[in-house]
Amino acid sequence: MTTDAISTDVIIVGAGPVGLFAVFELGLNDMKCHLVDILDKPGGQCAELYPEKPIYDIPGLPIVTGQELVDALMKQIEPFTPVFHLNQMAESLTKTDEGKWRLTTDAGTILEATVVVIAAGGGSFVPKKPPIKGIEEYEAKSVFYSVRRMETFRDSHIVISGGGDSALDWTLNLQPLAAKLTLIHRRDEFRAAPDSVNKMRELVAAGKVDLKIGQIVNLNGAGGQIESVAVKGDDGETHTIACDALLPFYGLTMKLGPVANFGINLHQNLIPVDTEKFESDVKTIFAIGDINSYPGKLKLILSGFHETALMAQQAFRYVHPDRKLRFQYTTSSSDLQTKLGV
Amino acid sequence: MKLLVTDLEGVEHSIEAMANWTVMEIIRDGDLPMRAECGGSCACATCHVYIAQEWVNRLPSMEEEERGTLDGGFEIEPNSRLSCQLIMTPDLDGLKVTLTNDSSN
Repeated sequence: MTTDAISTDVIIVGAGPVGLFAVFELGLNDMKCHLVDILDKPGGQCAELYPEKPIYDIPGLPIVTGQELVDALMKQIEPFTPVFHLNQMAESLTKTDEGKWRLTTDAGTILEATVVVIAAGGGSFVPKKPPIKGIEEYEAKSVFYSVRRMETFRDSHIVISGGGDSALDWTLNLQPLAAKLTLIHRRDEFRAAPDSVNKMRELVAAGKVDLKIGQIVNLNGAGGQIESVAVKGDDGETHTIACDALLPFYGLTMKLGPVANFGINLHQNLIPVDTEKFESDVKTIFAIGDINSYPGKLKLILSGFHETALMAQQAFRYVHPDRKLRFQYTTSSSDLQTKLGV
Repeated sequence: MKLLVTDLEGVEHSIEAMANWTVMEIIRDGDLPMRAECGGSCACATCHVYIAQEWVNRLPSMEEEERGTLDGGFEIEPNSRLSCQLIMTPDLDGLKVTLTNDSSN
């Protein structure tokens, strides 16, 4: 183990509902977990895509919203003190000399464990990129999908496109330090916090923000430095707007990402597993939830929960090879109840 | 019932359409590329399709939620719809749609 690596029993890639419940099943069997997720919060799709949508097919919960389910799972796994590494993408997976897995994230976090559980759902959430020809050559130079340092944009002419909370929040935050800020949205209605929309409208009325209704159809510039965007207005006319930075905010999409390079067998971007242990073709690497495939697979949260319980049995044999696996019920086992703190 | 789907290469496919299924589900069942990341809950815009002009006014009009979710899509046109919000009925037999970069790239 290197000095800066964190050692644990199980690394879980993905903190969606299934990754979270895996903490519970592994915890009951005396395994400690660290979770890695690219989002800034636990919950995966439930928290990011449909926090307020009701789910009706979670056993025992006639109706629960995505966020309520995540909150309940977080409460349920509290006794096992999972450690979260959020805002990070699991980037590489290698074997150490001691035969442990070493997982490195794009933020430089290094985790080492006996078992890896891939619970990555549909993949990593990454910003949606406008399908504009040649946009790649500007990315990270003058086209940005997130703001790391606001100072980067001081005295710039910024174009922000999009109509949701991110577009509005960054319009409000960057306007005071920008030389000029233009907000482009395809319609004159915004699905964002009403307070942000009101503040943006005030800035537009005061002449401090330009609001342009339309869609960006082309970028102009050279050497990665954007000089203008072409916007097709709702009048059908194309207008050119000079700028030196473009920030598109259209929400997130899912990409499998580096998991594809972990050395695990993939089939159509899914990880084939057996239905006894939910293990991949690589021993000690498991796949549970939407990312796995097997005959009869259904992409349901409840199926993922079932998979965690069986996975945890085999994971125990790897993490505690000297111990005998004991099957117990939380209703009757004082041992399990002690672990749960009840 | 048939649904006519033009893919990104411009090839038209005639696929079997089931009543009460969403257009998104029918396209996916027909083995054409359909991302539909949120699974049909009108949350992601990755089932965005274009409706053939002659069909635009024959569809139920858009709810505010669909209009808002389309903000997360690209290359939005007046005939843009989210296919997860379109339910197939006998009077839509022969509906023509075209896949988009959002749905299928």
